[in-house]
Amino acid sequence: MSEPSKPQGRKFQLPEHLKIYKNVWVIVEQERGIVHSVSLELLGEARKLADKLGVEVGAVVLGADSPDLNRICGDAIGYGADIVYKVTDPALADYRTDPYCRVMTEVVNTHKPEIVLLGATTLGRDLAGAIATTLATGLTADCTELDIYADNRSLAATRPTFGGTLLCTIQTLAYRPQMATVRPRVMAMPERDDARTGRVIEIQPDLREEDIVTKVLNFIADREQNEAQLAFADIIVSAGKGLGKVENMKLVFDLARVLGAEVGVTRPLVQAGWATNDRQVGQTGKTVRPKLYIAAGISGAIQHRVGMEKSDLILAINTDPNATIFDFAHLGLVGDALKILPALTDAFGRRLSINRMAG
Amino acid sequence: MHIVVCIKQVPDSAQIRIHPVTNTIMRQGVPAIINPFDLFSLEEALRLKDKVGARVTVLTMGPPMAETSLRKALSLGADDAVLLTDRKFAGSDTLATSYALTSAIQKLAEEDPVDIVFCGKQTVDGDTAQVGPGIATRLGFEQLTYITKIEDLDIASREIVVQRRSEGGVQVLKTKLPCMITMLEGTNTIRFGKMDDLFRAARYELKTWSRDFTGAEEGRVGLKGSPTVVSKVFVPKPRAEKAKMIVADADTPDAMAAAAIDAIFAAQPKLAGDLLARAAAGL
Repeated sequence: MSEPSKPQGRKFQLPEHLKIYKNVWVIVEQERGIVHSVSLELLGEARKLADKLGVEVGAVVLGADSPDLNRICGDAIGYGADIVYKVTDPALADYRTDPYCRVMTEVVNTHKPEIVLLGATTLGRDLAGAIATTLATGLTADCTELDIYADNRSLAATRPTFGGTLLCTIQTLAYRPQMATVRPRVMAMPERDDARTGRVIEIQPDLREEDIVTKVLNFIADREQNEAQLAFADIIVSAGKGLGKVENMKLVFDLARVLGAEVGVTRPLVQAGWATNDRQVGQTGKTVRPKLYIAAGISGAIQHRVGMEKSDLILAINTDPNATIFDFAHLGLVGDALKILPALTDAFGRRLSINRMAG
Repeated sequence: MHIVVCIKQVPDSAQIRIHPVTNTIMRQGVPAIINPFDLFSLEEALRLKDKVGARVTVLTMGPPMAETSLRKALSLGADDAVLLTDRKFAGSDTLATSYALTSAIQKLAEEDPVDIVFCGKQTVDGDTAQVGPGIATRLGFEQLTYITKIEDLDIASREIVVQRRSEGGVQVLKTKLPCMITMLEGTNTIRFGKMDDLFRAARYELKTWSRDFTGAEEGRVGLKGSPTVVSKVFVPKPRAEKAKMIVADADTPDAMAAAAIDAIFAAQPKLAGDLLARAAAGL
């Protein structure tokens, strides 16, 4: 085994009773009938891992029984699941840690998957931390890469650490299941295949609402709010400290409007109060994967880089020809973003024959 | 009311550099700070203390030098501080860490029952967000993560109403104490300490607890108690090639913009088509 020095007293061999654990599971995240895209991305990834291991992909769909939930079970198969564990109870209608954790612990203990994947979302991270504790197993957070070690068939989960300056690969050798959460938009979205078939296993857990302490009083959906939807934007125009002062943010918003883009920022700008944290791209903000990412006045710190380097095309504008961002951007433009942004806005406007002027 | 706030001393990750030859972390000269996300939770605990009255105990697990972070928390207004420190804790992953911290919280609860545990949303060095949920699960406390606002806390009925950030919106949750709360960043402004708290913090005699003292089992902490194994640490690979630099006919912003758009459309013909279609549709 190609592994560094083994500390004394640790178990590295999988105990016999854990060898029956098999299959790769994804806990499918749905909120009020809407599936989070990271769950579909994970089904694609689980498919690859399961094919390497020669096992099946399981999707766990939890919620109150409804046509929406049936549709989601169908989606799970279309995106790569062989088995769907459809877990229904009225108490699972809204996400709450306690009932979700209790049910998942039981389902895992019954069906014994070897790998369990969740999205690194507010739901996934909340639930994964709780389940890993009840199952007393290893959990690797916020992964950006998953693979299988050929020699011992264990999960190699790679994640950024120290704010993205380093990557580390983590294994759970002597415990099962092996658990990981994965950042949204890091894995590619698989193609949906309507010809795929799979089996649905219905599970009705023994939950009683009166045993659940936490109650959901209300849910205020963002769709009814006007919040930035960075994670799903096709084009993002992002600003860094190079913009100089908060008034210049207007130049970024002008270009974004012409392109139908979202506006992103680096962490220092959020800290300076130029933008709210729902616009922050990077390690402590959102991971994005747009078709086009325009980085204006951004130096390219690692904390920002890990949030946007998977973009299809990165155009960097910076006055400093030696700025780090030119090391990983696809296209570089050495110049003053304050002058080039308005010029881009005008030129895009003309090319796209947009009549209304920006601003 | 007894509130325990778990904090962690971390290296300021913004100032960490990688040694260019050995690819190891250069910690020299990197200041140690209280994990920034913990401060939002500490602040919220202190606000509850101001509002409804509470004893706030701040707890950390770490090397002896983590004492400075505890004193900082005391200077902001925490009443008591516990340093959980033992070589046997070294190498603990999140499962082992939450077990060790829980053993200390249970020890605290023997003297004064704990109503709320606050943890940071996540740390800036590990970024896992797993220790808070681990503690809540072990204590059997209600788990409230990514809280943006505590709307109401009724001491008599022990009911708490909070707003919780979820992916698609905000959940308004009502639950009962005891509970574990992690606050979302930017939820409140961190206070400056008062002068008398600063003096008290300097004089305060820290409680230093070992594994033996809390009764945590040896096999469940440190490397032995950690299911996860770090098998490889490496620096992110630089992209093979550097950015293709855009050269314009003239050194004017307009010429540069035109050249940039040509380069974008050449690299992404489909994107160009999408944009034109969208413009034609009048969007």
